[in-house]
Amino acid sequence: MTETAIEVNDLTVAYHERPVLWDVDLRVRPGALTAIVGPNGAGKTTLIKAILGLVSPAAGQIRVLGRSYREARSEVAYVPQRGSVDWDFPTSVLDVVLMGTYGSLGWIRRPGKREESRAREALEKVGMEAFAHRQISQLSGGQQQRVFLARALVQDARVYLMDEPFQGVDARTERAIVDVLRELRERGDTVVAVHHALQTVPEYFDDAVILNVRRIASGPVGEVFTEENLRVAYGGRVPFLQGVAGGASAARDSPPPPESPVDRRARPEAT
Amino acid sequence: MSWIDFEIQALAIVVAVSCALPGAFLVLRRMALMSDAISHSILLGIVLAFFVVEDITHPLLILAAAATGVLTVALVEALHRTRKVKEDAAIALVFPALFSVAVILISRYAGSVHLDLDAVLLGEIAFAPFRRLELWGMDLGPRGLWMMGAILLLNLLAIVVFYKELKLSTFDAGLAAALGFSPALVHYAFMTLVSVTAVGAFDSVGSILVVALMIAPPAAAYLLTDRLPLLLVLSGALGAVSAVSGFWLARGIDASIAGSMAAMAGVTFLLALLFAPDRGVVAGVRRRARQRLEFAGVMLAIHVLNHEGGPRARAENRVEHLQEHLRWSPDFARKVVRHAQREGLIASGSGGELHLTALGREHARHRMLH
Amino acid sequence: MSIGELFSLLLFDYTLRTVALGTAALGAVAGALGCFAVLRRQSLLGDAIAHAALPGIGLAFLLTGSRATPVLVLGAALAGWIGTLFVLWIVRSSRIREDAALGIVLSVFFGVGLVILTFVQRRPTAAQAGLETFLFGQAATLLLRDVLLIASLGGAALVVLALFWKEFKLLSFDPEFGASVGLPVTRVDLLLTSLLVVAIVIGLQAVGVVLISALVVAPAAAARQWTDSLSVMVVLAGFLGALAGVAGSMVSSLGGGIPTGPTIVLVASLAVIISLCFAPRRGLMAGFLRERGTRRRLRVDAVLADLYALAAQHGEATSHAHPVAVLRAMQERRGGLERSLEALESRGLAREVRPGEWCLTKAGVERARTLFLPEVAP
Ligand SMILES: Nc1ncnc2c1ncn2[C@@H]1O[C@H](COP(=O)(O)OP(=O)(O)O)[C@@H](O)[C@H]1O
Ligand SMILES: [Mg+2]
Repeated sequence: MTETAIEVNDLTVAYHERPVLWDVDLRVRPGALTAIVGPNGAGKTTLIKAILGLVSPAAGQIRVLGRSYREARSEVAYVPQRGSVDWDFPTSVLDVVLMGTYGSLGWIRRPGKREESRAREALEKVGMEAFAHRQISQLSGGQQQRVFLARALVQDARVYLMDEPFQGVDARTERAIVDVLRELRERGDTVVAVHHALQTVPEYFDDAVILNVRRIASGPVGEVFTEENLRVAYGGRVPFLQGVAGGASAARDSPPPPESPVDRRARPEAT
Repeated sequence: MSWIDFEIQALAIVVAVSCALPGAFLVLRRMALMSDAISHSILLGIVLAFFVVEDITHPLLILAAAATGVLTVALVEALHRTRKVKEDAAIALVFPALFSVAVILISRYAGSVHLDLDAVLLGEIAFAPFRRLELWGMDLGPRGLWMMGAILLLNLLAIVVFYKELKLSTFDAGLAAALGFSPALVHYAFMTLVSVTAVGAFDSVGSILVVALMIAPPAAAYLLTDRLPLLLVLSGALGAVSAVSGFWLARGIDASIAGSMAAMAGVTFLLALLFAPDRGVVAGVRRRARQRLEFAGVMLAIHVLNHEGGPRARAENRVEHLQEHLRWSPDFARKVVRHAQREGLIASGSGGELHLTALGREHARHRMLH
Repeated sequence: MSIGELFSLLLFDYTLRTVALGTAALGAVAGALGCFAVLRRQSLLGDAIAHAALPGIGLAFLLTGSRATPVLVLGAALAGWIGTLFVLWIVRSSRIREDAALGIVLSVFFGVGLVILTFVQRRPTAAQAGLETFLFGQAATLLLRDVLLIASLGGAALVVLALFWKEFKLLSFDPEFGASVGLPVTRVDLLLTSLLVVAIVIGLQAVGVVLISALVVAPAAAARQWTDSLSVMVVLAGFLGALAGVAGSMVSSLGGGIPTGPTIVLVASLAVIISLCFAPRRGLMAGFLRERGTRRRLRVDAVLADLYALAAQHGEATSHAHPVAVLRAMQERRGGLERSLEALESRGLAREVRPGEWCLTKAGVERARTLFLPEVAP
């Protein structure tokens, strides 16, 4: 096994000449659950997309499992943001999950019995086996999220990149997803997930990356989740910190993170 | 230039300007294709009204046509609101249906309707000077010019009087509602204006070329300015230019006037797209090349800053290393270094390694803090 | 002419059979490929392609002097393609958004096409006759070899569609995920758009430049209402498109000078209206019935609750009858009280002790308990 699952060096991404990621360095530990946190517009989605080769960087290199993304593609799975697709598309749950097998199938070949049984297995893992033939527009937000997760599981990857897998899901789904993530970790797989609820980061994740255009900090949650780091990332006061920093048992119903603009006086972390 | 040519050009200008004014708001509101829908479906209103009054010059035709235009808008919205079809599909469903009914009625009763399908698509601007408006035995000029002039006045009046409302509901419907303007009311009033304009222009240039005159000049103007008043003036001016140049093109090659006007509107837009000072394609290419170099220069400075004084500074801060590290081609790397040196950001040491100047350090620090 | 006669004509009249075959083929192809355009919110792209094709037709004729269908179709396809690329280019390279870009390409290309047609019309050759039928379409001008061309090009497009089915589906549903698993999104997109161009240009002769886009959108929009499966939708849209094509071309072939395009569009639009109203699950009617059913159930439950409340006040729940007037007063202005009571009676939850006086049955009491006091229910 390689030393790092994902290695990002000096990554800079700009949309229309405006940098949204600046000089980001990152090492993601294999076999760990890593959260990417940061305020809205911090570039979290962009970072995931850059790793997946969906946006082309202005500078920097990215290695996945020690290889370029193209070479590592078959071992990477992706859970996009739920809102990125039209859920009124005429297709069934099983069909969506089967899309996870398309990458390994190659051109023209259709998914067959084997793929279908893998898809059903994945659905079972996320507790959606009863919904296989349900039309996707009839799903709740949490169910949609679980379908996307199942599609990634079918990819049978070693690295999982997830963009806000917990966004807008009910408590039951949240637990189901956490269970799946832990199972993946047990298997030695790597999971990187954009996560919004800071208070659950210490409970769910091993490592964290705090991002706001630049990487503010990264490493084990206990070390990274300091008041200083979070304030640099989110700006201003971070009221829920007492419950979070260093503590594993965060209050579940603490207020959501404030979405304040970047603190312009934030000092860069020395690299 | 004969008097007839003069009259045709006058009408062409008035038509183009009348179309461009509401067209500007259509472009800004991202509803450009509503003009396509409206300009087609008004035909149904014209045909139906004709069956009632049996007079192709009757004012009721304009009213009925404008009403079908508004009906089109309402139907598209109703269809979209069922959430069974998306908005683009709703547009693509409504106007072909209404237009088809009209075309079938025309071809079925071709003998009695003095509208042939060519006129529907092409308009009859070339014949406009032969239809005179006479009052008490006095010749007052082409009837079309009077009608279109009235529509132009109506457009100008509406835009001047309701400028604030239009502007607000175009740029910030939420705020408009909060300030007490009903966006729906403004929307429908505006769509009525579009419909009336389309009816008038339809007579001269036909249903499809109305779209060209409504969309192309404002889109070109939108590439030239951000300010709404200027945008409106430019839209009208570019419309007029398209009209006159289209007329002379048609004269020169002896082709359809309306078609040539649309073609020239397209040429106008293409020129703006390519050569607009700030937003043109050419300006964009040049700006990006320059910015890429500047951006790279700062990145180079930051890179040097990050490795300054570090154990591997000598190795990291060399041109060859940069190529590999920042994925620059050798050529580009050399260009960046030259650029950065010219700008006084870096200097190279004796062993080929790069040093930051004071200015370069300041720039790099500044950029790292955004 | 009776329906029977029409059908015998369809079977035995050579010309009509040819025309019907041709329009059926192009309707099927346009309907099937239209599904992807509609699902990807590109319904108006077809319109732009079709209008942009007009100068291609004119130029192809001017350059070759031939009005053989393959030549004109090739010209149309090239021009339609260029129009599409223009739309893409405008949107990518400027602040002009797609709606305006489509409008500009559509109308300007069409204007240029009309200019070119004026040249064509000046040609002395008799060969130019009828190039204007490309505006609104005239199915009656289809010859057997045109039909063969439509069928082979359309068939090829459908074969490609079937081959790359999985790729097109992924592209339409979730292009970013597709890219992450290695789908070359831009190339697949271009391929799918090219198929749409093919579907449109083979229909221009019969349906016309102005209205062919409706044949792309309407069958797909209609089919979408009946099914939640992409493959069923594509097949159904193909079928509806073929149906519209045949019906439209037959009506216009009967004479009266009605161009084919509008007739086909009307048939297809009718299919949309019927589908929107009466499709089993998504249809407006189904939605209305569902809503009414829910409302009625809620009303019945409300009456049950009131009877239960009265019974709770009076002790002997299953014997003490309450007049309808009391219930009506409790129901305030909600209507349908009699009907609700009958519904309760038919379900054995209430009975009419004396005319106009009601009380709950044992089952009714039980039901009310489970409904309104779920935490203490047995
Ligand atoms: N396609 C795009 N074009 C231009 N700007 C974009 C695009 N996608 C994202 N951005 C901008 O980049 C910034 C970072 O976006 P994103 O990565 O989505 O942030 P996050 O996921 O952390 O909320 C935001 O300011 C956003 O507006
Ligand atoms: Mg995001």
